[in-house]
Amino acid sequence: MTTSLVSPRFKVVVDHELCCKCKRCVIGCGWGTLTFTNRVVPDHSKCVACHYCVTHCPTGAITVQEHPLAYRYNANWTVAHRRDVWKQAETGGMLLTGMGNDKPYQIIWDHLVLDACQVTNPSIDPLREPMELRTYLGRKPDRLEFDAEGNLLTKLEPQIKLEVPIVFSPMSYGSISLNAQKSLAMAAKDRGILWNTGEGGLHKDLYPYTDCAVVQCASGRFGVHAGYLNAAAAIEIKIGQGAKPGIGGHLPGEKVSFDVSETRMIPMGTDALSPAPHHDIYSIEDLRQLIFALKEATAYQKPVGVKIAAVHNVAPIVAGIVYAGADIVYIDGFRGGTGAAPNIVRDHVGIPIELAIAAVDDRLRQEGIRNQASIIAAGSVRSAGDIAKAIALGADAVAIGTAALLPLGCRICQSCYTGNCSWGITSQRPELTRRLDPYWGAEQVSNLIRAWSLELKEILGALGVNAIESLRGSRERLRGIGLDQVTLDILGVKPAGR
Amino acid sequence: MKQVYPRILSGCGLIGSMNEKGRRVNGEDIITAISTMHERSNGLGGGFAAYGIYPEHKEEYALHVMYSSGIGKDITDKLIDENFYVSADGRIPTRPVDAISKPPLLWRYFVRPKESKMEESGIHTEDDFVLEAVMHINFEVEDSFVMSSGKNMGAFKAVGYAGDVGRFYKLDEYHGYTWIAHARFPTNTPGWWGGAHPFTLLDWAVVHNGEISSYGINRRYLEMFGYRCTLQTDTEVMAYLLDLLIRRHKMPIRIACDVMASRFWKDIDRLDGEEQRKMLAMRQVYGSALVNGPFAIIFGHRRGMVGFNDRIKLRPMVAGRKDDTLYIASEEAAIREICPNPDRVWSPRAGEPVIGWLEEGVA
Repeated sequence: MTTSLVSPRFKVVVDHELCCKCKRCVIGCGWGTLTFTNRVVPDHSKCVACHYCVTHCPTGAITVQEHPLAYRYNANWTVAHRRDVWKQAETGGMLLTGMGNDKPYQIIWDHLVLDACQVTNPSIDPLREPMELRTYLGRKPDRLEFDAEGNLLTKLEPQIKLEVPIVFSPMSYGSISLNAQKSLAMAAKDRGILWNTGEGGLHKDLYPYTDCAVVQCASGRFGVHAGYLNAAAAIEIKIGQGAKPGIGGHLPGEKVSFDVSETRMIPMGTDALSPAPHHDIYSIEDLRQLIFALKEATAYQKPVGVKIAAVHNVAPIVAGIVYAGADIVYIDGFRGGTGAAPNIVRDHVGIPIELAIAAVDDRLRQEGIRNQASIIAAGSVRSAGDIAKAIALGADAVAIGTAALLPLGCRICQSCYTGNCSWGITSQRPELTRRLDPYWGAEQVSNLIRAWSLELKEILGALGVNAIESLRGSRERLRGIGLDQVTLDILGVKPAGR
Repeated sequence: MKQVYPRILSGCGLIGSMNEKGRRVNGEDIITAISTMHERSNGLGGGFAAYGIYPEHKEEYALHVMYSSGIGKDITDKLIDENFYVSADGRIPTRPVDAISKPPLLWRYFVRPKESKMEESGIHTEDDFVLEAVMHINFEVEDSFVMSSGKNMGAFKAVGYAGDVGRFYKLDEYHGYTWIAHARFPTNTPGWWGGAHPFTLLDWAVVHNGEISSYGINRRYLEMFGYRCTLQTDTEVMAYLLDLLIRRHKMPIRIACDVMASRFWKDIDRLDGEEQRKMLAMRQVYGSALVNGPFAIIFGHRRGMVGFNDRIKLRPMVAGRKDDTLYIASEEAAIREICPNPDRVWSPRAGEPVIGWLEEGVA
């Protein structure tokens, strides 16, 4: 076993009476937790509770438990704090993690409730009446002009159609596997929504899915070329990410396989480093130059978006981004996920998306520029309820990352950064990635979007509206429960009962 | 009025009639018609708007003002004197009606903005100057409320049944070519007369039956353009939207109706070419002006009268025509009560406006 101070987090229990010794679990585990010497033997210290073995055991012989080892209770020195210190003492390194902030900060979604119609206005039955979720992202003019015959004179800038106000958040090829990206791309095409390449370029196999793809231009400029930009539905400049505001990216050389190297346009086996800032963006006017450089490169045919992390001054920052010419602003709250981020940043930097949406929407309205850019909200959207609330607070659409990986088997084990994902989602190891069938994956993800669409329609019907734009920014349809007055003021929401 | 009123939900009965040739009739018919729909109201609000009633003052703005105190009148009088030429003013004539109690002081002024004041304010059009003054009185000046401020038109409203309100204001003694009436069923007592319909803005008068389920976003959208929705009635939102789209964004009326009761995507998808591009752009740009939820609305303006429903017609509205008179009402019975043999009576489709125009040169 190990002489480490860090005791195992989980305990793998194999019922040897049920076990048929097929070794499927041994082969399946990406972590090397299980070996076979006459019978299945677990090394508990390696288990991350990804449940791959549990899910695939033909006899249901395996369970994973919280390790029962007792620690002396201390409300201040939690076990998590103690474990982190031990790990750092042994390695001298910064601790890495995957997925979103898991600390028990207040989750504002869970303190907001939606309205419904009773008597004075009727609810609408989505099974019998049209119920519209279609959303267009892009810059809108302040007004339209018509001639005397009622012909439209105004020409709109490019708009992207979403059949449901949901997009997939950027997850690069490298951070996730090609099969995972394919699953998302196919699901996006199927549902009439968008997927996003992330900053890892666009693999040649994914060019059939570019009409529903957003391509990223991040600080590393990986895989960015004219064909890449012009293939996409929209372009996104990535400034920051909710899980690691102000922090760059680091794809370790081990994950830079031949295909990753080709797609990112970097040598095989080299670390892919995304600088913390764009080295050509040191202020808002520099951002404007990049926005217009990308618009020039694509003949003003593609909306250009900017993705930022929700930080303290998010409202004026977003206003600046809109003035700089962005058509879409993607705001990622502090609970947003990641493939790899320093623990300390993920858990302690940034602000909740709920407050960010409200502050941004308010500010853009005060400036009279709310119509000039669409707002995408991300940073932990877990259900159609969260989506409805995000839209009522003022978002045009939401982006989902973690929720889009769960249908592929993800258990939020938070170990994406290791590259050992047994489910083949965040690994580049061919023996692991090949088990993720993109056709199955696409169906799973597509089903989720369908299910959430139905739920959103049901919510709209109960609210007595039949178009999503009638909920968008309509904070009157929200009430707060157990939120303090200052938070309510920021959200622009009344307390329940008023 | 320096107050924020709670948003009051209500159901209602509506009727409007308009003579295209500008032939003026007295208010008896409209009182009869609205009284037919007594069951659609609960005695907590009724009102009328009439066009063509002040031909002798047709170039002047007619301000109908309610005062709940003498102090309010003093302040407002001073404000009006400073900013406007007043050619005539006086009490709005009323007769005692049992069911109408505690009327506020009702005063009428015929005014024209002073050029010097307009120059000082930097407001270029008379309409905008009047609008600004009305907004100021309604939201800043205590105990004063401007019921209407259009030319050659006026609003008459009160807490009570609509028929009683009409008799109280002696509408049988006025002659107009367009009449609009409203009988209200609010869910709680409005408490003051300003809350009754019609809601007016310059020469726009809006009567409305419905509850706007998209109120929150419609209101926030209007706020972006400087409107202050303080009265918290849905009708106020309707009136401001019409003002924004038709007066400020110069949209043809038909298109403004298509914005407020927009077509479904499935129908837009079936259009082709230019028509599709137009409908698509209208929804993309004016999504926040879509009025969702049940409504039927009639609005009058200088040149005509329009009625339309929400996009799935959740409130009743019928239209009728006899010779050169157009009728729009919540119930066919109300039309037939005053026009027993209409040439045509029809139910407009959801979202499809009935647009009546006065003949050129009439108004």
